[in-house]
Amino acid sequence: MKSIFTILFCLLFAMFINGQNRYLTKSGAINFYSKAPMEDITADNNQVLSIIDADKGKIAIQILMKSFLFEKALMQEHFNENYVESDKYPKATFAGDILNFEAINETVSKQKVKGNITIHGITKEIVIDANFTKTDDSILVDGNFIIEIDDFNISIPAIVSKKIAKRIKVTFDFNHKPYHK
Amino acid sequence: MKKLLLSIVLISIHTLFYSQNDLLDILDDETPENKTENIVTATFKGTRILNGHSIENRKNEELEFIISHRFGAINLGFKELFGLDQSNIRFALEYGLTDNLTLGLGRSSFEKTFDSFFKYSLVKQRKGQSVFPFAISIFGSIAAKTQDEEFPIVERTFSENLSYVGQVLLARKFSSSFSMQLTPTFIHRNTVRIAEDPQNIYALGFGSRIKLSKRVSFNSEYYWAFNKSTSIDAKNSLAFGVDIETGGHVFQLILSNAITMIEKSFIAENTGDFFGGDIHFGFNISRTF
Repeated sequence: MKSIFTILFCLLFAMFINGQNRYLTKSGAINFYSKAPMEDITADNNQVLSIIDADKGKIAIQILMKSFLFEKALMQEHFNENYVESDKYPKATFAGDILNFEAINETVSKQKVKGNITIHGITKEIVIDANFTKTDDSILVDGNFIIEIDDFNISIPAIVSKKIAKRIKVTFDFNHKPYHK
Repeated sequence: MKKLLLSIVLISIHTLFYSQNDLLDILDDETPENKTENIVTATFKGTRILNGHSIENRKNEELEFIISHRFGAINLGFKELFGLDQSNIRFALEYGLTDNLTLGLGRSSFEKTFDSFFKYSLVKQRKGQSVFPFAISIFGSIAAKTQDEEFPIVERTFSENLSYVGQVLLARKFSSSFSMQLTPTFIHRNTVRIAEDPQNIYALGFGSRIKLSKRVSFNSEYYWAFNKSTSIDAKNSLAFGVDIETGGHVFQLILSNAITMIEKSFIAENTGDFFGGDIHFGFNISRTF
């Protein structure tokens, strides 16, 4: 009986300890770029939240869609109203695992991140290549990937099909700092 | 002892399940409160509901060129190609000096009228902690008629040809597919045709938007005037139409008993009887630079 108690206690203790080693940013940068025959559209969001659990090698990202800034106000309104429907789906999220987290150190290395991305209420599994650098007081992550907007049930009407690309390039850059709750 | 053991097990299970999503939950907790996030946007698609202004402003430093057309009445019959032979057109340039202040200059072919206006957004509809149930804007315009009086021929000075309009725009977006606006209106005319015509006209406007699909909405608008000009047998203006959004523009197709597109005319000087068939087809096209 006593030994069970000790094991459980250790387990519980381990769980509380676990997750102390986290890194967070509230000012992560995400850019997306749509290249179409008639128009190039780009938007920036510099208020992206990202957190890394360095014990488990997990990463989670949260993006407020209304924080994307466009060159033209009308584009931004259309983006929120017609395409990503920000009132219904205010956030895009990603949660996943950094596959070879132990290998990350002071020099830049390319690692695969595998997880679930949710945009416009639709979740898909993706694998992204990202560059990681870990120092004592920060974890830097940057990279880019392509998303197909058809995958997320975002429809482009025929009349603007020459202005909006079906494949969107997403670029990200996060500088995580130690996070203590 | 058993109770303690049980509680430890329960806590462990809880921690285990909680940790499945805990990173995203932490991000939820850490999300800073974003003030602009709670402002309700796109109550209406365009800066006009149909004939009259909506609470929507042009954004900061945006210039919009608006071409509006109203054809003749449909009941003129085949000889006038159901009104298409006649037309009243208004060109306007409207500029967003700030996100909340729009200035505009326009010219209508009807009575060769120039108009200028400002529209200022006082209060925005908000959700969240500092909730406010509706939006308030104010609107003011001066219109100058430059066409000579012919029936009878009278010489009028520039100031005699001026009219003033003041409006308070009260709008609420009830849901993503339904918005409504109330528009108390005051119109002052420096000159009226006969002494019985009121120089000051008071009216209340009702406007609504029902979203039919992502890019198409059905709008209706009615201006109820409390006092009317008797010399021209003025009628209240009624309009129905659709907004169609095509990327950079909003395209509005309109059926209205008013042939004019500025407030002092379609509220105070409209003579068309909608249910008598005096219906004018028209459109507003805007292009933003």
